[in-house]
Amino acid sequence: MGSTSSTLLKIPNAEVLMQETGFSPAHIIRLHDRFKALDKEGRGYLCPQDFGAIKELAMNPIGDRIIGAFFSPGKETVDFSTFVKILAHFRPVDKDRPKEPNSPEPINSRSNKLKFAFQLYDQDKDGKISRDELLKVLRAMLGMQVTEEQLESIADRTIQEADLDRDEAISFEEFRKSLEKVNIDHKMSIRFLR
Amino acid sequence: MRGLSLLLFITVAGEATTDLFVTVASLPPELEVSAAPAGTSPVTARHIPGPGEYGHPGIALARSEEEPAVPSTEDGESSHPHGGGGGGYEIVQWEWSYVKTPYIIASWLLVASVAKILFHCSQRFTTAVPESCMLILLGLVLGAVVLIASKKQTYQLDPGLFFLFLLPTIVGDAGYFMPARLFFDNLGAILMYAVVGTLWNAFCTGFCLYGVKMAGGIDEKVNAGLMDFLLFGALISAVDPVAVIAVFEEVHVNETLFIIVFGESLLNDAVTVVLYKVYISFVEAGPGNVYTADYFKGIASFLIVSIGGTLVGLIFAVILAFVTRFTKTVRIIEPLFIFLLVYLAYLTAELFSLSAILSMTFCGIGCNKYVEANISQKSRTTVKYTMKTLASIAETIIFIFLGISAVDKSKWAWDTGLVVSTLIFILVFRAVGVAGQTWFLNWFRLVPLEKIDQVVMSYGGLRGAVAFALVVLLDKEHVKAKDYFVATTIVVVFFTVMFQGLTIKPLVKWLKVPRSTNRKPTINEEIHERAFDHILTAVEDIAGLNGYHHWRDKWEQFDKNYLSKLLLRKSVYHKSELWEAYQKINIRDAISVIDQGGNVLTSARLSLPSMASRTSFPEFTNVTNYLRENGSGVCLDLQVIDTVPGAKIEEELETHHVLAENLYKPRRQYQSHYSRHFMTVGEKERQDREVFQRNMHNRLESFKSTRYKRHKKDRSQKKHKGSDAKEQDTSDKPRRNVSWQDRDPVVVPMAPEEDIHDPSEPDKDEDVGITFVARKAPETPKERPKSVPAALDACQSPVAAPPSPTCGEKNLPWKYGMGSLPPCVSVEANKIIPIDLQQAWNQSISSLESLASPPEPQHPRVSALSRLGGPVRTSANGKSGGGVGAGSGSNIGSPSSGQFKFPTAKEEEEEGALSQQQQELQALMSSLTPPPATQSAGKRRNPCVYLRSLVTVPPSGGEPQSRRPTQL
Repeated sequence: MGSTSSTLLKIPNAEVLMQETGFSPAHIIRLHDRFKALDKEGRGYLCPQDFGAIKELAMNPIGDRIIGAFFSPGKETVDFSTFVKILAHFRPVDKDRPKEPNSPEPINSRSNKLKFAFQLYDQDKDGKISRDELLKVLRAMLGMQVTEEQLESIADRTIQEADLDRDEAISFEEFRKSLEKVNIDHKMSIRFLR
Repeated sequence: MRGLSLLLFITVAGEATTDLFVTVASLPPELEVSAAPAGTSPVTARHIPGPGEYGHPGIALARSEEEPAVPSTEDGESSHPHGGGGGGYEIVQWEWSYVKTPYIIASWLLVASVAKILFHCSQRFTTAVPESCMLILLGLVLGAVVLIASKKQTYQLDPGLFFLFLLPTIVGDAGYFMPARLFFDNLGAILMYAVVGTLWNAFCTGFCLYGVKMAGGIDEKVNAGLMDFLLFGALISAVDPVAVIAVFEEVHVNETLFIIVFGESLLNDAVTVVLYKVYISFVEAGPGNVYTADYFKGIASFLIVSIGGTLVGLIFAVILAFVTRFTKTVRIIEPLFIFLLVYLAYLTAELFSLSAILSMTFCGIGCNKYVEANISQKSRTTVKYTMKTLASIAETIIFIFLGISAVDKSKWAWDTGLVVSTLIFILVFRAVGVAGQTWFLNWFRLVPLEKIDQVVMSYGGLRGAVAFALVVLLDKEHVKAKDYFVATTIVVVFFTVMFQGLTIKPLVKWLKVPRSTNRKPTINEEIHERAFDHILTAVEDIAGLNGYHHWRDKWEQFDKNYLSKLLLRKSVYHKSELWEAYQKINIRDAISVIDQGGNVLTSARLSLPSMASRTSFPEFTNVTNYLRENGSGVCLDLQVIDTVPGAKIEEELETHHVLAENLYKPRRQYQSHYSRHFMTVGEKERQDREVFQRNMHNRLESFKSTRYKRHKKDRSQKKHKGSDAKEQDTSDKPRRNVSWQDRDPVVVPMAPEEDIHDPSEPDKDEDVGITFVARKAPETPKERPKSVPAALDACQSPVAAPPSPTCGEKNLPWKYGMGSLPPCVSVEANKIIPIDLQQAWNQSISSLESLASPPEPQHPRVSALSRLGGPVRTSANGKSGGGVGAGSGSNIGSPSSGQFKFPTAKEEEEEGALSQQQQELQALMSSLTPPPATQSAGKRRNPCVYLRSLVTVPPSGGEPQSRRPTQL
């Protein structure tokens, strides 16, 4: 890994990144190492193929969607700062951090975590999880074990439960409401190694 | 089952127990700690009551003694057991000695159970005072009574009984129902507290007590050296699972906190066992004979005891899961397997002097998932209830005996210095230990443990019966200060259980510790949380972290690919967890909706319209609430009482009606009790059925009542048909029986409607009027009589009833659908109908269809319900509002329009063209016609609307019974 300072210096915008994401220098360095490991050809950016090379991800039922979440629409590449920013969604919420009232909402806030999850469902980016979109995710997560009818009834049920304005789709607001009681801070965070 | 074995075992009383001990003792003590004196294996050290014990035998041993029992309250009769045994034939023989042992045990259980009832008489009292406190107090009182009566304490918490029978029942229950995910999520913290924390407590307490003794704070008479104090520290330092369960279950702290304290109390058993055994052997060998190697052997012993115990548990878990794979044909003994194998896991671990609690806990945790999936629903319920019952009674007995044992002054030796310093030390070191470990753990924990949590954890470090049993087991020959230790232990246990147990609730309230919610996850939460798991795993993979989620995912893959394949039945293996969750939620919601709906209906029959006005959606945070509010929109079919379809259907029908009339009222009296049932979670299956039934009845009645009321107001409405019952009154029933036996619908001549309407109709007729009519052999829709459509056609009414089975034919409501749960009919049905009810649901729909006109093909609701393979898009049909509302609501306004054709049909009925059941159904439905359409369409929540809207669906091409959206 090399010495901390030298590695940190090599990372462009490291300071800004840390500021924005709240990652510690050790985190950034670690993630940078990982980034470089993924970027086998040393281009400085990652393509979807690079993600596809991660073996475990291939077994993840919604792995493709998560890879897709790293790429903003229309773009085929992701650079390091975007990479880090996306991962920053999953940083645990730190309570000790003094809250500056005028500072922008941190990336790892509850609603940003939820937005990340929401966009995994909402593939056509129309701000709503339609029945078809939900069905696709369910089909991916449930695999072959469940029949199509069962899937549909789950999807119907899910939408009806969350759908407050009766438009047969789940908007982000409805999504947030349906998960109101869930401790998102806990369930959408991972402990980044130092 | 364990109860039975308990009784059996104790019937042979001491001999059996002693035999067992001898067997155990005679086995080569493979894992014996080095310095154990010859002939005393660790197991025997732990379990065989010392010689001194036989002088004051525990309840099991007391009974085995040959000498006449000491007169006491319990066996006072035994003073004249052979009184009548003179000569010649005795007409009545006094066989006390024969039944004595089980008799006394049963009496004790009875006393304990009755005590529980008494404690729960006052709700306010039990919320303030934990049950364990009350039980100990009761024990004290009983002990005093026994003591006064017999001058000598006969009963005591016997360590053999405790470790072999009482403790396993509690640990088995705890392990089997342990929330596995939560447990493993916090496994790191639990292990830390269990191992490091217990060691810390043990050593600190031991050394400090020794220090106090050196400093003269403890009386000279307490003849104990360093080893004795370390031994005492070891047994007094372990948090006790029984006490923790008893107290924390009433406190309802949040689940993370609970699982950490509770998990610690279970897993620290290995530490306690090893420390205890090591020190015993040291003490017995004498301090001079302990060498350095022995300490390392002690550490090795710890590893073997803990890991070995865990392995034994897991092996038994695999065996158990594997066995239940093949019990399909012998469902009745499924619970037995579970009890036996879990108990065997405990005994086997004891056999090899491994940690039995660890073994049993991990056996429970490990097997739960597979076993629950393999066994039948009834077995699941049986296991649950039996385990809970046994654990509860064992807990009760333990606490009562703790109280009783405390009264026995012969074993006490009080030393204020020892007692006070012990109390202080265990409290202080617990707090310090928790704080230190938490500080360390929070470096690694995603969710740090707050200060408040630490306070509760420190304060929740309760000591209990395990410590007491261990201290009683001490050998007075070697541990000279045993009496002092016993007294101190009793005080410590009483202090923690009573004082801390009593005050922890106010403390938790005062600190505002997050409480646990009894909320069940919604389907949205289930789905999204699963998605979160996948997301986190993926992110860990991307970020190159082999963190918790990574390994959990690895384990799940392994489980899915190998373990589940091996341990689950084929039929079960292909089910999805999410699907199961979905079904559970559906059923739960259906029940709650119906339950609520029934209440709403009965309490506010006439306020239906006003209720409808409250149905603006944004007010409700979720559908469940919405459904609750609008429960009146639900109507039910009757429920399945017995699912055996048979030729004797007619007789059963008759019986049913007789029963129904008699049973409804008593049932309704209990209505309010339902939701407050004592056993809260999940044990609802039976109750569910009853609720279905009950509410069905309520709802039907309220339909009628609204109908009658409306007719009072508005007689000109032409749809009223259901009062045939009134006319025929007594002769009615026999006739119906005829009709049931008849395959063809019986045509019942109807009086003109005007005559029928009689507002003063007696109540009892209401019941009759709604009677479901059925004919026998309704199994297949193909057998449906042609006469029904024919009759309808003859009427030339626009209704044009489609050829589908009539209500009576297909839905013997209380009888149809093999094994299916009661269906409910509702607008919201596609939300609330459990999927496994859908077949039944479709049947009932199709039966309704037969009576309905088909104006609205693909009504959104029904199409959603009866959707076959391809999704029928719930269309833009009207407002998405109530769904039903849109289509049928508008029809309400103008009864003559659309599908509402019954008025016309009525004329034909007068000609006797319609079957009685059709009349009745129409009556039911017509009676539900809402008041003139003041409400906007779509806002109506009157049940009839739903009914009719359901009815409007044309029969789809498929046979109703072929419509199974799902197979179970």
